[in-house]
Amino acid sequence: MSESRLRTFIAHVEDLPGVLNRVTSLFRRRGYNIESLAVGRTHEPGVSRMTLVIEADDDGARRIEANLYKLVNVLRVDDTTARATVARELALIKVRADAVTRPSVMQICEVFRARVIDVAPAAMICEITGVATKIDGFVDVLAPYGVIEVVRTGAVAMMRSAESSERDTAAPEDRPGARDAA
Amino acid sequence: MNALIDTRRTGAQILWDALRREGVEVVFGYPGGAIMPAYDALLDSPIRHVLVRHEQGAAHMADGYARASGKVGVAVATSGPGATNLVTGIATAMLDSVPMVCITGQVPSHVIGSDAFQETDITGVTLPITKHNYLVTKVDQIAPTIREAFYVARSGRPGPVLVDITKDAQQATTVVQWSERPVCLPGYRPEHRARATDLSRAAAMIDGARRPVILAGHGIVKAEADALLGEFVERTGIPVASTLLGLGGFPASHPLALGMMGMHGEAWVNRAIQEADLLVALGMRFDDRVTGNPATFAVGAKKIHCELDPAEINKNVRVDLPLVGDVKETLRGLLPLVARGERAPWLERIAELKGDSAVRDIQQMPHHGRLFAAHVMHDLWRITEGKAVVVTDVGQHQMWEAQYYKHDHPRKLLTSGGLGTMGFALPAAIGARFADPGAEIWVIAGDGGFQMTACELSTIAQEGIKLNIAIINNGYLGMVRQWQEFFYDGRYSATPLKSPDFVKLAEAHGLTGMRVTTREEVEPVVAAARSAPGTVLIDFRVEQEDSVYPMVPAGADLHDMIRRPSPIVETAHD
Repeated sequence: MSESRLRTFIAHVEDLPGVLNRVTSLFRRRGYNIESLAVGRTHEPGVSRMTLVIEADDDGARRIEANLYKLVNVLRVDDTTARATVARELALIKVRADAVTRPSVMQICEVFRARVIDVAPAAMICEITGVATKIDGFVDVLAPYGVIEVVRTGAVAMMRSAESSERDTAAPEDRPGARDAA
Repeated sequence: MNALIDTRRTGAQILWDALRREGVEVVFGYPGGAIMPAYDALLDSPIRHVLVRHEQGAAHMADGYARASGKVGVAVATSGPGATNLVTGIATAMLDSVPMVCITGQVPSHVIGSDAFQETDITGVTLPITKHNYLVTKVDQIAPTIREAFYVARSGRPGPVLVDITKDAQQATTVVQWSERPVCLPGYRPEHRARATDLSRAAAMIDGARRPVILAGHGIVKAEADALLGEFVERTGIPVASTLLGLGGFPASHPLALGMMGMHGEAWVNRAIQEADLLVALGMRFDDRVTGNPATFAVGAKKIHCELDPAEINKNVRVDLPLVGDVKETLRGLLPLVARGERAPWLERIAELKGDSAVRDIQQMPHHGRLFAAHVMHDLWRITEGKAVVVTDVGQHQMWEAQYYKHDHPRKLLTSGGLGTMGFALPAAIGARFADPGAEIWVIAGDGGFQMTACELSTIAQEGIKLNIAIINNGYLGMVRQWQEFFYDGRYSATPLKSPDFVKLAEAHGLTGMRVTTREEVEPVVAAARSAPGTVLIDFRVEQEDSVYPMVPAGADLHDMIRRPSPIVETAHD
């Protein structure tokens, strides 16, 4: 048994009513906790893309993949954990900032490559993109000023280079769900 | 009338046309408001409809029909309570991978979501217990959806599919376009095939094994791989242990048939598995009732897992070599690669493990005028020459049947293994009757489970069909009582059971009822039931506090069994 860790899956699914429910129901039923989930359309008509972050060990990850493939509306699944991937999350953070503290908050934003997108007399909203740990760090540094609200999108991920998760490129031995006659 | 109008058909008519095109001859159902258009059109369809007394019965009948025939069973119900009553039957079929299509009516599409009369979100309710399901709101979707539903239900690892059709879609008309092309679902790839290199590795492991055991499961029956399994065993000389649902996939009378494994498997079978150096698992999923404690399950054995569903690999037990694919194709691929083998020392060791088991066997025990359920099973097997289709319910009688009714052929034992659904037997046997009009069919049920679906006796009477029904009546919910005896200090909480007079109950339905209280009566009464033209129910009044042995307590090690005390008659309670 390998250790459990956070893993990022990319699932391409048919853009039909109820498909999100089918996917989340699978994780609930099999007892996996979804860390984050981001869904949106792709450039292909009728195809949606989900990025799921889930805690699992190696065996668990294989079964997640195989179980996802059992859903009729799931077109393709990639466990990106062991592959060259970029992952990003977007967060909006509302933090207390008045005339006195505003410059130092803005300075922190600059260090984290965050943007200030709204300024009010007693607060401001910062926008940051990055990996989850970077956002965690940003929130930690802002905490002493008084964080009022945080909203995070959950990770979206994409594999590097010209490789596309929309083509069948994964090695079959990594993918029990894909061991078909082809 | 112009030609175009003549060719328009209602959704309800298209539904039955579509079912005909899938080869459906009989459906089991119950009408109601939201499915009334379909029931009206049914009158003009050649499909036979069996009116059930409760929709759970419809689902079990469709299930029994499918298990007995290998075809897809069909159940029909209305919206709301009609649909929710199917749920237990759908879950039963899901856990045992039975191909089934359930058609439900739904409230008109414009009121969906308004909590309309008899509205239930049945696709939501059945999401985790169906292989797939559909909500159809447009008449044009009916024909392609039914086609897809049957394809999904029967392909790959089979399972139940539910199609929920709104009333307005049934009423609307369209000119239907029947497609002749194969169903293509871009995300659905049910077929897998084991790789040649893996087959070679498996063959080397098999040839090198000194103490191998085959674990034969339901997949052998479903894939119709029984003949190939026979060839494989003849060639390799490997003994075969069966799961409950695998019984009949390999002939019980074969010298290399060990019998059933698991919680109520014979002691030598479980011991052989624990001593094995190789397990070849064929179409089974290492259910907890089969493995006992997975941490101590066959720790000395390498494991080859031949399984169609990739999600089953390494789920309960870690395996050394998965062969993902249809078990029939896998066996076909393996056969030419494995060497002829004789395993004399291993078979001698298994014979040694059998030891005094034969002496401890209840069949060897005197009955002293008492009626033991195990004796009834043995006699039924002997009298019917092991050739009947036996449909069992869930509990002690189910295990005694599995131990003492020796099945030599597949699809002859129909039982709810995965879900363990009490009330399954009677309706499932009705379904089996429609699958095989000529077969001798025995329902074996406990006094508890039988009463859960006893209303279907009316269905038997209305349809005029012949079944033989054996109620193993011990006045308790026997399996729970047994657990209470073993694990709860004999505190019988809610297990003593008062039942109606089953003989009179049969007679009230216009059927024949008989009673057996001694072993001497078994043979003549069973013979009378078999030769009677109509359905006969026999109330077997058996020992009240007998238990099923051996028993591996839930979660215990597979070799850690509670054995039958010997001799039995001194320990049986009065």
